[in-house]
Amino acid sequence: MMQTALQVLDREYLEARCALLELAAALDRIDRAHDHEGGTGDLNDSRLELLNQAIRTLSEESHLPNRSERLLLLFSDLG
Amino acid sequence: MQIIQPHYHAIARTAQDYERMAMSGVVAVAEPAFWAGFDRLYPETFIDYFHQISEFEPTRAAEYGIKHYCWVAVNPKEAENPKLSHEVIKHMPEFYKKPTVLGVGEIGFHKTTKNEEEIFEAQVEQAIKYDQLILIHTPHLQDKVRGTKRTLEVLSHMNVNPERVWIDHVEEHTIREPLEAGYWVGFTLYPITKCSPKRAVDMLEMYGHERILVNSSADWGPSDPFTLQQCVVQFRARGYSVQDAIEIFHNNPARFLGQNPKFDIKPIQLEAIEENVPV
Repeated sequence: MMQTALQVLDREYLEARCALLELAAALDRIDRAHDHEGGTGDLNDSRLELLNQAIRTLSEESHLPNRSERLLLLFSDLG
Repeated sequence: MQIIQPHYHAIARTAQDYERMAMSGVVAVAEPAFWAGFDRLYPETFIDYFHQISEFEPTRAAEYGIKHYCWVAVNPKEAENPKLSHEVIKHMPEFYKKPTVLGVGEIGFHKTTKNEEEIFEAQVEQAIKYDQLILIHTPHLQDKVRGTKRTLEVLSHMNVNPERVWIDHVEEHTIREPLEAGYWVGFTLYPITKCSPKRAVDMLEMYGHERILVNSSADWGPSDPFTLQQCVVQFRARGYSVQDAIEIFHNNPARFLGQNPKFDIKPIQLEAIEENVPV
């Protein structure tokens, strides 16, 4: 029998929290290294822009389904 | 590389963990008094537990060449029962005479209640009276900021020497105040719920390595003794030297725990070792 939404949340909350913290720490790490190198403004790298776009996708379209599929498409070379 | 694991709940782990730790360079572990997974009902149960961590575990660890030290305390989760807690606290000085008992810990807050505070203060007072090191647990998850702030407020009214106090389980949002107040702080590395090896290295880069301890806090819950070694690897992968790693993962625990003369593992310098090696 499929779990209820609350049961899934119970099971997933801490792992999701951990994933968000790791993401925040990784972005902080990139910023600190960029500052240390004397960089000014945003680091100009397409991969960082993809990460930021993925974060925006999750936050701005949080009600839409298939988040993982949409992110994987975002990270795909569809040329 | 030699490592000291300063926060390890050995009674919840297997001999195989000792063997694997020995193979990975762990030379000593220190075991704070812990919650058993249920609230104990009798003072005698605590006394037996203190005997286990101060007598049996050193012999088990020694089979793998690891020195085992411990701390005694009523942990925060069981401090909700003041009558029982005070009865246990009365017996703790008997254990300060034992050759591997380093101090009073883990004490502090779990839910930051009045009862927890009463027992926390009583144990700090006893530690001061008997000149013991102090190890403080800070709460998990959403209670951590509140509990850490209250911990510092309580300590500020007591006659503690901050250099002899280790405030554990700090993370990015709770590290600054204890460090600035002169206390030692500890990162506890868990697979999911607390600090990760990468985030620990981030904090070492941001705050330096003075008065900082790193531990895996292996216990009976979802945990992994080797998150500490993962942190060593992560630290080295960012380009820091073996001596830098030794300063954090061996020498810092040797410095803090060595304030109790029973802990006789000294800080090491690679250059000094190399100079003494015959060519």
